[in-house]
Amino acid sequence: MKYIDEFRDGKLAQVIADAVALAADPGRSYKLMEFCGGHTHAIHRYGVQDLLPDNVQMVHGPGCPVCVLPMSRIDNAIALVRDADVILCTYGDMLRVPGSGNSSLLKAKAQGADVRMVYSSIDALNIARDNPDRQVVFFAIGFETTTPPTAVVIQQAESLGLANFSVFCNHVLTPSAIQNILQSSDVRELGRVRIDGFIGPAHVSTVIGSRPYEYFACEYQRPVVIAGFEPLDVMQSILMLIRQLNEGRAEVENEFSRAVSREGNRKAQALVAEIFELRRCFEWRGLGSVPYSGLRIKKKYAGYDAETRFNLPSLPWADNKACECGAVLRGVTKPRDCKLFGTVCTPETPVGPCMVSTEGACAAYFTYGRYRDVRRTA
Amino acid sequence: MCLAIPAKIIDIDGVMATADVGGVQKAISLALVDNIAVNDYVIVHVGYALNRLDPDEAELTLQLFRQVARESGLPWPGDAA
Amino acid sequence: MSAVKKNYTRPVDFKHGHVDMSHGSGGRAMAQLIDELFLRAFDNHWLRQMNDNAVFPVSSGRMVVATDSHVVSPLFFPGGDIGCLSVHGTVNDVAMSGARPLYLCASFILEEGYPLADLRRIVQSMARAAQEAGVAVITGDTKVVERGKGDGVFITTTGVGRLPAGIDISGDRAEPGDMILVSGTLGDHGVAIMSLRENLSFTTNIESDTASLHGLVADMMAVVPEIHCLRDPTRGGLASALNELAHQSGVGIQLRESDLPIRNEVKGACEILGLDPLYVANEGKLVAICPPQRAEYLLDVMRAHPLGKDAAIIGEVREDPHGFVEMATAFGGNRIVDWLSGEQLPRIC
Repeated sequence: MKYIDEFRDGKLAQVIADAVALAADPGRSYKLMEFCGGHTHAIHRYGVQDLLPDNVQMVHGPGCPVCVLPMSRIDNAIALVRDADVILCTYGDMLRVPGSGNSSLLKAKAQGADVRMVYSSIDALNIARDNPDRQVVFFAIGFETTTPPTAVVIQQAESLGLANFSVFCNHVLTPSAIQNILQSSDVRELGRVRIDGFIGPAHVSTVIGSRPYEYFACEYQRPVVIAGFEPLDVMQSILMLIRQLNEGRAEVENEFSRAVSREGNRKAQALVAEIFELRRCFEWRGLGSVPYSGLRIKKKYAGYDAETRFNLPSLPWADNKACECGAVLRGVTKPRDCKLFGTVCTPETPVGPCMVSTEGACAAYFTYGRYRDVRRTA
Repeated sequence: MCLAIPAKIIDIDGVMATADVGGVQKAISLALVDNIAVNDYVIVHVGYALNRLDPDEAELTLQLFRQVARESGLPWPGDAA
Repeated sequence: MSAVKKNYTRPVDFKHGHVDMSHGSGGRAMAQLIDELFLRAFDNHWLRQMNDNAVFPVSSGRMVVATDSHVVSPLFFPGGDIGCLSVHGTVNDVAMSGARPLYLCASFILEEGYPLADLRRIVQSMARAAQEAGVAVITGDTKVVERGKGDGVFITTTGVGRLPAGIDISGDRAEPGDMILVSGTLGDHGVAIMSLRENLSFTTNIESDTASLHGLVADMMAVVPEIHCLRDPTRGGLASALNELAHQSGVGIQLRESDLPIRNEVKGACEILGLDPLYVANEGKLVAICPPQRAEYLLDVMRAHPLGKDAAIIGEVREDPHGFVEMATAFGGNRIVDWLSGEQLPRIC
């Protein structure tokens, strides 16, 4: 597959791995955060950590929109489909995420609720058109990559006058999350989490461009390299970060130049700006309340806002006290250090979202990483 | 972030297009991009093209990998020893 | 004067008719459906006797029995349907012991309202598959459930076979050093099914690989009787089958990703949907584990058979008390290929 296979070439990987080993200063360690869940997945799936020297360590960031969605929002969605008898259209990722009381959309579906998995927001719109006498709600989640597709269908619903369609909006913003991490006491004062540099998300950046990261690089003096999605991209970006750190630079570099420009996708940005506005604050699992980090539908399009239409309440929620997803998301705790990991909490019986989402640090570690520790101690 | 894949546009019909990945074809929307032509490659995410993939930049990136090898004095796979 | 013949019974309307509750009630309508549909399609002396059972002779030695329920949706898919699938699936389960499949029992649960035209297509497809496989459908059952309580058609098949002496194939026989082979390309069936699912539809040439494998197994056993394990990787894909075998035998497995035969279209579909081909279902493939010195020979034998032409050696068994299945990625690192968690769902992240 073109533009995929070339960037997964094993022989090239070894070359870059050798270059990384040469570039890494044996006198120091490098702690690099890959913000995006897709990169976490790639790193594990291709065994990238195996190719890195021991003093280069990856710290997993909170770039998994499934993982950071607060439980109360899942509860809202479950209540909607159970009590209001809507057709709830959702991406596959959300089906198994636990809500309060060990519920989930998948369980609600098993009990008869009309939950439908869709691949695209277009599918949700079509379901609304095909079922004019039912209310159809699209459970919209995701970072800036997934927000424009939601904007498109809201606009289309409006031009079609589709009265039975609405969107439950949970879109969040990447730069706010990065800022929150960099400003957190864990990073700043307590030195619990050291992050020397960031691997910037691939596809979020195709939409927002490389410009928004310039602020972080400057303000917090941390280099950012925007990396493509394939493992060679990730390795090359790690090399670029190491070089920046060795040279004392803190710049934004774009490794994913084949799809990311400084300005990003202006058309998509304009459409998002037309439909959505910033919420003053939005609750993130693990990060708490983050200002100006979430989007809501503008009043102009309130007719398509499920929160308004169904008067969705702000529900109280309490994570399982022993669940360390929050700390894991901030990079403070490793999955294996959570008391519930691997026993009570497994991919089959997840307690927190980090285990349920394939991008979640705990799921990735359970599925791909467990055996490394076993080997090491064996 | 998020699952997005480079795909080749093999047919365009208004705002919809047919994208091909390794011989599998899916209908996708071009609502978020402009000036896409048949045979262009785009990044596809949840049924939408998000951006055109620049073939020149892709080639440059691959060359970048080659440069890494040269700068580090490492043998390039395929080079005569 | 009426020109209707004496003893005339209106035949079952396969063109426009639908299953109704009377077809499961045990009365005349059911008898007629059985006669005109099932007997006619499967036609053998057991069914013609019209008993509720079938008597067959047994030679000395060991018999093998296996059963499988089939609930696939959609019922018709590129490359097959629930009918032939139900034959292939159970024939393969029997064949994985090394036995020769002989007979099948078939029980049907039909949903009220299901079109008889489609039911006939399914049954005829089953009959063709059984004939090609050299097995007879010797007894069966039919029930009807109310509309909404079934998915059109569910079929359960039970297969009986005879196991020649001296064969000992079992999931707990894998030994460190053994080689692992697969009979062909992975993930075809699952991708073919998924291409028809609402909200996921994509266009592809991929067809289900559903097929009866006992002919291939017979060829393999004839020249390499020392095969330790055979398994057909159906639901959960290759990964699940290998984790089962590793667990049963108390060993570890090391695979090589670059040796896995996977078609480009299957890779493409999995990329689009975010699935891992290792976990996607197959219905016409087998995994074989054999002593290392016989592996190349076994590979040649498999490749000589039409159902094994893409066969490959994909890895080896090794000592590992934890029973991990690991894979050397084409990229150069190593990763674990764990048990499937829940159901593999297409994802956006």
